[in-house]
Amino acid sequence: MIEINEIMQTMQMIHEQHFDIRTITMGISLLSCKKNTDRETAEAVYEKVTRSAGKLVAVGETLEAELGVPIVNKRISVTPVSMISGSDPMAIALALDEAAKQVGVNFIGGFGALMHKGSTIAEECLLESMPEVFQKTERLCGSVNVGSTRSGINMDAVRKMGHIIKKTAELTADTDGFGCAKIVVFANAVEDNPFMAGAFHGVGEPECVVNVGVSGPGVVQRALSEIHGQPFDVLAETIKRTAFKITRVGELVAQEAAKRLGVPFGIVDLSLAPTPARGDSVAYILKEMGLEMAGAPGTTAALAMLNDMVKKGGVMASSHVGGLSGAFIPVSEDIGMIEAAQAGCLTIEKMEAMTCVCSVGLDMIAIPGDTSANTIAGIIADEAAIGMVNNKTTAVRLIPAPGKVAGDTVNFGGLFGFAPIMKVNSANNDEFVERGGRIPPPLHSLRN
Amino acid sequence: MKKALVSVMGVDKPGIIAKVSTALFELNINVLEISQTILDGYFTMLMIVDMTAATVPFADVAARMDVVGNDIGESVNIQRADLFDAMHRI
Repeated sequence: MIEINEIMQTMQMIHEQHFDIRTITMGISLLSCKKNTDRETAEAVYEKVTRSAGKLVAVGETLEAELGVPIVNKRISVTPVSMISGSDPMAIALALDEAAKQVGVNFIGGFGALMHKGSTIAEECLLESMPEVFQKTERLCGSVNVGSTRSGINMDAVRKMGHIIKKTAELTADTDGFGCAKIVVFANAVEDNPFMAGAFHGVGEPECVVNVGVSGPGVVQRALSEIHGQPFDVLAETIKRTAFKITRVGELVAQEAAKRLGVPFGIVDLSLAPTPARGDSVAYILKEMGLEMAGAPGTTAALAMLNDMVKKGGVMASSHVGGLSGAFIPVSEDIGMIEAAQAGCLTIEKMEAMTCVCSVGLDMIAIPGDTSANTIAGIIADEAAIGMVNNKTTAVRLIPAPGKVAGDTVNFGGLFGFAPIMKVNSANNDEFVERGGRIPPPLHSLRN
Repeated sequence: MKKALVSVMGVDKPGIIAKVSTALFELNINVLEISQTILDGYFTMLMIVDMTAATVPFADVAARMDVVGNDIGESVNIQRADLFDAMHRI
């Protein structure tokens, strides 16, 4: 029998500590939709997505009501579109956006390409179309994989992404470059990530699958608030126990959703995903550990431990763990990160160090509008190098807000939050970025 | 057994248990355990119930609990007990 105090603890997690299931994401393979023309492909894509995900939102809402746990987002990820597109990827982009609206999901991810070693003609076309696509669509997200531990970094793709991000920002200048919030540049991208904007349905995945992302920075923060002054051993244990409980609910929801939707359960993603709400912040967990704010000396160590303990607690709670699984450190989506950036305690350089030990990368960082494409490419290359060498996933989601300078603020609204424009080191790197070619993959012996 | 948790929160007053359990009885839902306490100044009642023989689907039970809640001026919710088992039992 369940104890009353356990019931109360669960209810406090939900009602006071912002515990929620962040997303149920249905992965759908589009490989069967490839036709002779992009227009025909687009029709097949619309038909398949609306048919496969027709019940997704309803099932999510029913589960939410029955279990009493908020399920914040219902989303869809699809096969990287460059695998089925030709010279007119826009037609498919519009079909995906329409399909998302039709089934009622707030985002659909997968308008992207895997180019870590090189690009196909279709991938080049898709890259070219990205700025206009993200200007014209509302719910579509995309990602490009530019590097991996096994194949190195495709510096041609890195350079191009610098330009694409700049152009997307310019085309969506009326919303401070919000189009860029829908583009992620990865190294070692994972195929089963349920979180946007980087979700896509990898080629190794089944026809259709359900992945669930849990969250709960507030729950971890609250647990840590009760053990001030205790040694790291206690801290580690407390995080593990909390992560276990959170993940168990994710597992329950994932299994139930898969059963009701009649598709296989994929993975539970253990990520601690913050929102701009007070009390739902990863940076506040670091604060609870004893740092004045995120960015203070000790931040990287604190984050390394947090990230590892979340995984250690979570893996036992779920039959299949995957996705990005770690602590997210976006700036605009985390009130503690916003405060630290505003106070000047948190810089992009410090965040780069933080991304060496946690999921995922330089995320939702607004930078000055006059930042050059090559500077952005340089930042992408640095982040991809961290991923490549450390055998981990890294990502970059930068927003060069047109007309804004360091110290200004941009507001994206809702879950995307607001962000201070962070200063960027703009020393010239043109020759480096414009070399092109590939950085070879690293050696995996002689590790020092 | 399909167990669920009915939670009532608000201000203590006569008739809460009576009203809630009458509604449950009408839907053929069996009450297994009741506990009540004052939490942060709020009256909190928790009922573990068995819905195996319930005459209507879960969503309708939830809607009925809503109606009862409005009636007595309390927040009345029902959720499946699987949630608590998942979180606190291995």
